[in-house]
Amino acid sequence: MIKILDIVIAGLLMGGIYALVAVGLSLQYGVARVLNVAHGEFIMLGAFITWSLYTLAGINPLVSLVICGPTVFIIGFILYRTVFTRLRTMSASPAAFEGNSMLACFSLLFIIQNVAILIWGAELKGYSYLPFAVNIAGAKFAANRLVTLGFALAIGVIFYLFLARTRLGKAIRAAAQDAGTAGLVGVNINHVLALCFGFGALMAGLAGTLLSMSYEIQPAMGLEYTVIALVVIVLGGLGSIPGSFIGGFILGLVGSIVIYIEPGLALVAYYVIFIVLLLVKPQGILGK
Amino acid sequence: MDMSALTSRKFVVSGLLILILFAFLVTLPLSFPGYTIVLFSTIFMYVILTLGWVMFSGPTGYISLATAAFFGVGVYTSAIIGIALPLPLVIAIGGAASFCLALLVGALTLRLRGTYFIMFTFGLVELILHFVLWWEVTITGTTGRMVPTVGNTTVYYLMLILFVFLLLTAYLIKRSRRGLALQSIGEYEDAAAHTGVNVTMVKVTTFAISAFFMGAAGAIMATRWTYIDPKIAFNPLLSFMPVVMAIFGGMGQLYGPVIGAALLTYLEQFLITRFPYYYMLIFGIIMLVVILYLPEGLAGLIQKLWQRTFGRKHEVT
Repeated sequence: MIKILDIVIAGLLMGGIYALVAVGLSLQYGVARVLNVAHGEFIMLGAFITWSLYTLAGINPLVSLVICGPTVFIIGFILYRTVFTRLRTMSASPAAFEGNSMLACFSLLFIIQNVAILIWGAELKGYSYLPFAVNIAGAKFAANRLVTLGFALAIGVIFYLFLARTRLGKAIRAAAQDAGTAGLVGVNINHVLALCFGFGALMAGLAGTLLSMSYEIQPAMGLEYTVIALVVIVLGGLGSIPGSFIGGFILGLVGSIVIYIEPGLALVAYYVIFIVLLLVKPQGILGK
Repeated sequence: MDMSALTSRKFVVSGLLILILFAFLVTLPLSFPGYTIVLFSTIFMYVILTLGWVMFSGPTGYISLATAAFFGVGVYTSAIIGIALPLPLVIAIGGAASFCLALLVGALTLRLRGTYFIMFTFGLVELILHFVLWWEVTITGTTGRMVPTVGNTTVYYLMLILFVFLLLTAYLIKRSRRGLALQSIGEYEDAAAHTGVNVTMVKVTTFAISAFFMGAAGAIMATRWTYIDPKIAFNPLLSFMPVVMAIFGGMGQLYGPVIGAALLTYLEQFLITRFPYYYMLIFGIIMLVVILYLPEGLAGLIQKLWQRTFGRKHEVT
């Protein structure tokens, strides 16, 4: 009984991070139509900025959330206004834009990763923050992972409310449905799409900060998270925030079950889910 | 394509150029040092992967990121049966294994379109990579394998022969009914199906033919590397590079991907040896600039310059 609870809670803790990572990508792909394969690099940037602030200046990682988020947001926003806006006007069709922008993201992946290696070196890095254990119903969990889960949920809820309740959120949802028509009814489409891409990067940055509290980090870590995010958004349905959270938690649970049975197969299991889903139900569990 | 006097003169000129080029390539190992031969083998590897990729993805517009999977299957075939059998047979089996994998993948996925297809093919490479990695760590207990070597010159000639075969195949497909069918699938798939093209059949078989060459190239390259492991054989970079090289070269003409792959491979090797710490950065920037400012690739640029200097309309086929 304790064992099962153990696996479930470990899965939820992992799932929270997966969900947060996926929300950003879901926004970038669902609204801005950019399949950002460099998404993981923004996570890595967030993680390394937090690491630097903590080890060099002694700044609390939770304070870093406020620094990392906006920094990465600005990078994302500027990238969209320069690179992707140009690609969007240049591409003949939406499909051509998706292909071109994905390739541009690959080049960003190389560039960002190389810059990170030049700044921070290629080795694994880590620091310890809230490393003590917390007892939940007889099972022990690291405090930093619980804090991570709490923040991931809070960020998700805040963002969901922002999309559902504010005027800008409405504009974003309109742009997600039909960018052209949204432009016709007075939404400044270039601005909104760039904001969306920025928000996606912001989510990645926050996820990076939270991740760095409990996992080791290195410049090449990005791609693994990108792939996990892809699996989650395919699982939950492209562009759906509740879907990302449900997908994230499902994947976290699956991961923790597989790790319990055979630790080496977790990634293989994710890809199997991914591939089967694409074949059977590519629109995801919450998709129409 | 119109068959006027202009085109026949163009044929003579381009035929002569190709002959000279091949005479140079065939005699190259006689007069150049070992380093050049190795460099050219690497160039051939990328040229074959890129041309193979363009054969399917160029006209249809389906961006496949499964190149590394097909290449890696070839590499592993060579590593597993390389000692027991003669090399040409190993290469053929490596290609055939990739061919079968592509048939299977194609039959499963080619109903997927656009981004779903891209993501699927990318996931496939990672799935195979991590599965083989897990298999080697937990079942066989050893990561990596040794492959018997055959010498640099042999590798060079094998790659050259494979390249010639691929070039002929790509040319014949482009000029055949199949080429037209692929083109029409890329332009409007539903319309192609309605005009009597067996869409799934054409897509799956062409995908498999292109995979054959990727697998065969993998089987040859394995003998040069001598040591291989899943991360070398199924390196995802091998999926991305052909796409970049094809776009850089331009996909409208067959010589586009060849020039693109050759130049970028040379650039890559140059950057790795001269600027090992900045190599990815410089490469990423070049890739970004190409995507932003050279969407038609080098072939498009060459045609534009050709038009400007000779003033004639040069029809794109």
